[in-house]
Amino acid sequence: MSHPALAQAFVDNRERAQWHDKALWFVREKRDRMAASVPEWELLRETASGIKRHTQSRMAEYLEQFEANATKNGIVVHWATDAHEHNEIVLSILQRHSVKRLVKSKSMLTEECHLNPFLEKHGIDVVDTDLGERIVQLRKETPSHIVLPAIHIRKEEVGECFHEHLGTEKGASDPNYLTEAARHHLRERFCQAGAGLTGVNFAIAETGGIVICTNEGNADLGVGLPKIHIACMGMEKLLPRAKDLSVFLRLLARSATGQPVTTYSSHFHGPQPGCEMHVVIVDNGRTEILKSPEFRRSLDCIRCGACMNTCPVYRRSGGHSYEATVPGPIGSILTPLQTPEKHNSLPFACTLCGSCTDVCPVKIDLHQQLFTLRELLDNKRLIGTSKKLSMKVVSGVMSRTWLFNLLGGIARTSLRFMPRFLIYNPLNAWGKQRDLPDAPKQSFRQQYAERQKQKGGGKS
Amino acid sequence: MIARAPQSSRDKILAKVREALPQSSPLPELEATGPWQTFEDPEARFSEVLKFVGGQTVHVKTVAEADAHLRTLEPWAKGKVRCTMVPGLGDTTFDLNAINDPHQLENVDFAVLRGHFCVAENGAIWVTDDTVHHRVLYFIPQHISLVVPASQIVNNMHEAYARIKIGEHRFAGFISGPSKTADIEQSLVIGAHGARSLTVYLIDEL
Repeated sequence: MSHPALAQAFVDNRERAQWHDKALWFVREKRDRMAASVPEWELLRETASGIKRHTQSRMAEYLEQFEANATKNGIVVHWATDAHEHNEIVLSILQRHSVKRLVKSKSMLTEECHLNPFLEKHGIDVVDTDLGERIVQLRKETPSHIVLPAIHIRKEEVGECFHEHLGTEKGASDPNYLTEAARHHLRERFCQAGAGLTGVNFAIAETGGIVICTNEGNADLGVGLPKIHIACMGMEKLLPRAKDLSVFLRLLARSATGQPVTTYSSHFHGPQPGCEMHVVIVDNGRTEILKSPEFRRSLDCIRCGACMNTCPVYRRSGGHSYEATVPGPIGSILTPLQTPEKHNSLPFACTLCGSCTDVCPVKIDLHQQLFTLRELLDNKRLIGTSKKLSMKVVSGVMSRTWLFNLLGGIARTSLRFMPRFLIYNPLNAWGKQRDLPDAPKQSFRQQYAERQKQKGGGKS
Repeated sequence: MIARAPQSSRDKILAKVREALPQSSPLPELEATGPWQTFEDPEARFSEVLKFVGGQTVHVKTVAEADAHLRTLEPWAKGKVRCTMVPGLGDTTFDLNAINDPHQLENVDFAVLRGHFCVAENGAIWVTDDTVHHRVLYFIPQHISLVVPASQIVNNMHEAYARIKIGEHRFAGFISGPSKTADIEQSLVIGAHGARSLTVYLIDEL
């Protein structure tokens, strides 16, 4: 289904849509306060962007360096060209150790690869341990946000879900109570697990280690108890030097949730004694994106979610309306690049307001890429007829001054005198949830001409 | 088992990456002292930020003073299973050396652990696995306390990375506050999976 069709269902519940909008704007405001409290914020963004650009230009070298150093640290490095191979690698590690229970911390990559259903099909019990992810897992949903997976769910609904699955009191919806119940439930799972799987926030080429950031501590518990730690990473997570982390750790949590830093920023450089640590490096379409000069900077993304929190379309349409692992502005670039046929509506789920570009901690030119992507879809003939037709009509009007003036005049007069039911008809999509502004008596062109005349009159 | 040999996927990916490489671009210099945020009173800033993220700082002169303070903490007093990595600060109620499986630490109520230094800008403390028997001790106890020499405080993360050698510990990390989540309607809840509280002792004579 297209983004507009799915978004329709979301906005139909007006009260929820407004609540969702406000909840995300609250996070955006927290981000703003944090960014403003760091005087060198812009320099940090500039530096982060520079480090990423450099890393891309030497990606092969750094990947090899990472592999060599990680191997020296006792980490087993695997390479997967696509989602299927990634899933097979993870399964084979688990099977080799007869692991039946796996605990996972947040990894958007494994969502992208649909690892959970794959492992479950092979009889492995998979438990997502991030609270938000556990909630959506129990509800048999997918995350609607990359940092706040359950942002679309009301506490009463979490209460119902926990009542059914964890045996909490019926009707209970206090977040403290529900979180406490999840803590007990998940502690049990942590202790029973035969392996822990995590994502990777940053991988360091010069030291051959990885960094994982969480607030809950679920990644650390998940990999600290069992004997096997599997970390899955897209190859773009690489950084050249350990000290580059200083820049990225300063940016990540501030941009994501408006915190000074995540509670736990854990650096892993090898297995615990008697244990195993694996890192799976995944391509799955990334090299294709790297090839393209217009879009390769989208690979710089550090998955903070700031572009979603600020996006007027995301806030008002909900993450699920994108039908993508990564929703919002960055997802509207990454997803159609991989599956243009299915996701051709996403680059249009954007007003080109540019707010995403303004908040992006690594300075990805998000709105410009979204604009360019529309062209690319057009070249691939992947834009629907109604959209093409309306664009043709608009460009026809815009390129003829007389026609533009004529239609403008008609609109100004008719909007003033036409009865409401004629203006707010089903054809007027813009009038669905809002009133049009009062039509001015004069066009800008007329006002300008008049002003110039007055100015000229004053002078003489 | 894996259908294709992993080696071949590696080569395939690296070959594709090499084909796709953008034009070279310089790696930005990163100095520890630069245009980075510093503070007139780093310790005051550290305490303020740590409080903001749900932790508390206690500055004392001696280990004995810290020990006296610790005994006034309810989670410590009520905790049945306790351990300490700092002689003279708290106590250990079980034989740590007999623990060979981290699962046996599941019931620890309170752990007093070592931190190396504090970061003023974000309330973080650097910890490493060489000061504990099992690294889950930072995460599994119901409550933890981190003990840091009062003089060991840096302004920001750039200074922090300048003084540590990343890679010399299999596990190391920054901890800033107790474990927390806001995954239910953005309501902040302290005590998600890890410690429910964090008390940092800054000690002059340590």
